[in-house]
Amino acid sequence: MGVLEDKLPDNILFTNVDKFLNWSKKSSLWYMLFATACCGIELMQAGASRYDLDRFGAIFRASPRQSDLMIVAGTITHMMADRVKRLYEQMPSPKYVIAMGSCANTGGPFFKDSYSVLKGVDKIIPVDVYVPGCPPKPEALIEGIMKLQKKVMEEKNLVKK
Amino acid sequence: MEPKQIYEILSGKFNGKIKQFVENTFPPSVIVEPDSVVDVCRFLKTEESMDFKSLICLSGVDLKEQGKMAVVYHLGSMNHKHKIAIKVELDRNNPHVQTVESVWPGANWYEREAYDLLGIIFDGHSDLRRILMPEDWEGHPMRKDYVYPKQYHTWDV
Ligand code: SF4
Repeated sequence: MGVLEDKLPDNILFTNVDKFLNWSKKSSLWYMLFATACCGIELMQAGASRYDLDRFGAIFRASPRQSDLMIVAGTITHMMADRVKRLYEQMPSPKYVIAMGSCANTGGPFFKDSYSVLKGVDKIIPVDVYVPGCPPKPEALIEGIMKLQKKVMEEKNLVKK
Repeated sequence: MEPKQIYEILSGKFNGKIKQFVENTFPPSVIVEPDSVVDVCRFLKTEESMDFKSLICLSGVDLKEQGKMAVVYHLGSMNHKHKIAIKVELDRNNPHVQTVESVWPGANWYEREAYDLLGIIFDGHSDLRRILMPEDWEGHPMRKDYVYPKQYHTWDV
């Protein structure tokens, strides 16, 4: 929010403006198309007609420049990790990350003795919501997105923290 | 054709270069001297009665106990419906073998994988880079005496 950020007093007008800003943020969580392994199939399914993520305002964008949310769906290898970090840095803030599936949370089935897999995407980028499962069902992902929406609603934009 | 027959034809043609026939592997394998593997492979591909047009798999094996590295070529023929494995054994400390890219172009990526994970050098390969691990990774992770690094770039492994 530029110059006004964290500067305004905590009164009834500005808290309501803040709420309005949060509401518009949470209702248009555009996520980046980013599927690196099997969890990606569930992510696609969550976006398709049966589960229909669009009704939460979450639609996919193919470019990090246009997205607010990165759903890391799948195994991240060391080779990919640098790219993930760069993609995250290319997203304009405010930006959020959901780690979807055991692989993105902790390395999952590859946790022990794997030479190529990054053991959790939180080693390289900050994660807001972890969705467990291998793979998580679309319902679980939707719950993760709703958790994130709750988190977004509690944010403060203009008023002092 | 039976693998045994293929072995006999090969040992007749490449005198002294064919070391051994191993029956109890699947498919049965022929152990070949490393310096003649390209000739043997080209013969197996072009000869009408062999017709091994397809390189099903090419893999490296670390035989640490014997101080060797092996490269195994699994070959198959669609027309004659027969299969065979060709095996070469290399020195573990200095594993070099000629590339078979000129016979089956698809060997390119298989050989890069064997180079990446085991450090087998394929002489004459057109593009011998790592394929699975990052370019600046150290060591070859499928070797039996490989020690995992603690750190890669800014994160721990
Ligand atoms: S968590 Fe399971 S389903 Fe998801 S990417 Fe990893 S292995 Fe695949």
